[in-house]
Amino acid sequence: MKAIWSGKKTLALLGMALFVLGLTVPASAARQLLQVDGSTTVGPIGDAFAEAFSELYPDCSITVKKTGSGDGAAALVDGRCDIAMMSRFMKEKEFRQAVEKGVFPVAHVVAMDGVCIVVHPSNPVAALTAEQIRKIYKGELTNWKQVGGADMPIVPISRDTSSGTYETFHELVMNKEKMAENVEYVNSNPQSHSRVRSTEGAIGYVGIGFLDRYVKAIKVDNVMPSRSTIAKGIYPVSRPLFLFTNGYPKLGSMAHAFCAFYLTEKGQEIVEDKGFVPLTEY
Amino acid sequence: MKKRSDHSMQTDAAAGFSRPLRLSAGQDLRGYLTGRAARTLLFITAFVSVAAVLLIFVFVVREAVPFFKSTDAAASLSRLKEFLTRTQWFPEHEAHPEYGVLAIIVGSLYVTVVSLLIAVPIGLLAAVFLSDIASFKVRQICKPVIEILAAIPSVAYGVFAVMVAAPWLQKHLGFTTGTNALNASLILSIMALPTILSVAEDSLSAVGRDIRQASYGLGATRAETMIRVVIPAAGSGILAAVILGMMRAIGETMVVWMASGNAAQIPSPWWDLSQSVRTMTATIAGELGEVPKGTTHYHSLFAIGFLLLIFTFTLNLISESFLSRVKRRQR
Repeated sequence: MKAIWSGKKTLALLGMALFVLGLTVPASAARQLLQVDGSTTVGPIGDAFAEAFSELYPDCSITVKKTGSGDGAAALVDGRCDIAMMSRFMKEKEFRQAVEKGVFPVAHVVAMDGVCIVVHPSNPVAALTAEQIRKIYKGELTNWKQVGGADMPIVPISRDTSSGTYETFHELVMNKEKMAENVEYVNSNPQSHSRVRSTEGAIGYVGIGFLDRYVKAIKVDNVMPSRSTIAKGIYPVSRPLFLFTNGYPKLGSMAHAFCAFYLTEKGQEIVEDKGFVPLTEY
Repeated sequence: MKKRSDHSMQTDAAAGFSRPLRLSAGQDLRGYLTGRAARTLLFITAFVSVAAVLLIFVFVVREAVPFFKSTDAAASLSRLKEFLTRTQWFPEHEAHPEYGVLAIIVGSLYVTVVSLLIAVPIGLLAAVFLSDIASFKVRQICKPVIEILAAIPSVAYGVFAVMVAAPWLQKHLGFTTGTNALNASLILSIMALPTILSVAEDSLSAVGRDIRQASYGLGATRAETMIRVVIPAAGSGILAAVILGMMRAIGETMVVWMASGNAAQIPSPWWDLSQSVRTMTATIAGELGEVPKGTTHYHSLFAIGFLLLIFTFTLNLISESFLSRVKRRQR
């Protein structure tokens, strides 16, 4: 009996200590704190913006977490972040949850991202239709000779089903149809790149920032992925990248500056530097 | 001389009893409270880990139950049946999601069994070498080095699997894809090796010298002693070592996520190691990050987690019972 009581007391003390800590930390830093959370695809932009901000506004502190588009949306809804980075628009369910909790998501498009279909550099195939790519991932085409290549089995490589890149590909190329069982999954753009680079029969997809001479981008529906075809939306597998805020941020606030930063010269440089395509032509 | 040392011993002994035997009420209370406080503190510290296990269990079950919960019992049952017997895993599909994890369970067991087929013989032979054949010096060097294997972070193994092992398998064995069941099993076997080796070595060493010498005394050779006497005597410990290695392999996440290819399929023909497989741990790790909270997909991942918990709990119980048998024998 006595042991339980003192256990409770200890717990209460611990709780009080945590409570006091919780009170003091935000209070001391509340003035210039900006929490950014969300997509790992938009993450590099968020990081670089935050870094640029630390020079421009030395007394503000920005934390950027990269947990994924879904987590970002959840964090915005729960009030755990001020800005959610997302590589897709909010799903109906997320939007509804937000409105129910009195959060009104506003989208800011900061850049365009193209999902490039890549093959091994030694592969003679240089163009596929979206239809053919879809059939490859559905397991209906299994050998490169069926699409005009060498006699070699196709190794389809996909990003993990929870990534924003996957969702873009799944929606724009697969028409939301199910992939075959033999499709391999990798959990990052660099890994996708390295798998295609080292596997002769592989086909995969990566963001435009991950194109280099070790993998070969192919034309989709006769359009080569490039900065201009992606920015104009001619390339079939391109998508906008979003920042979401609760309502339009108050003019002159740190959040507003952050969401409008892509319009500045520095912001556009960052977007391009991180391998994405700026929306604005300059 | 002698007298003096006797005398000093006496005073030393007396010093131990110099504390007054009767305490004042305040001292008594203070002693009582300090004792109680220390007891409580120690109890809480010990309880934290027990509570952690319980809370994990409760949490996983709580999040897994909504997956099976449905309007009526028949629907719940068919959900459970789909979960355990179907191989189609398309939880994120909007119109027609499918939640069959059979291929994923098979994938987990597949890489675990293959990795054990590699790691157990090597681990046992090495344990025999270290416990009975190697000189003291060799053993002193080898054991810590092997234990370093266990300290390498699994993501390092994963990078090795993707960057080195996968291209190597493609180039030299002619596999169409290098991230496959064989790759994952090879890396897992390296990771399970230190566990198997050190537990097996401990149980081999625990078989007493008297038993070995009795065997030699009866005219048995070293090999006969090892195979017929020592290994059977250490049997429970060796089994425990194998099971601990199995738990290491089945619970490993990062390496299988990177090395196995993650294709949710049962290899056909079943012995074809060059095909990609997907494990339970990799599925959870890969999908939990972005799944919208509270959806069926979210709960299905916890259902997989629950299955995994059952597997490891069972394995843990079995290995505990074998290890306690070893301890009883030592006594």
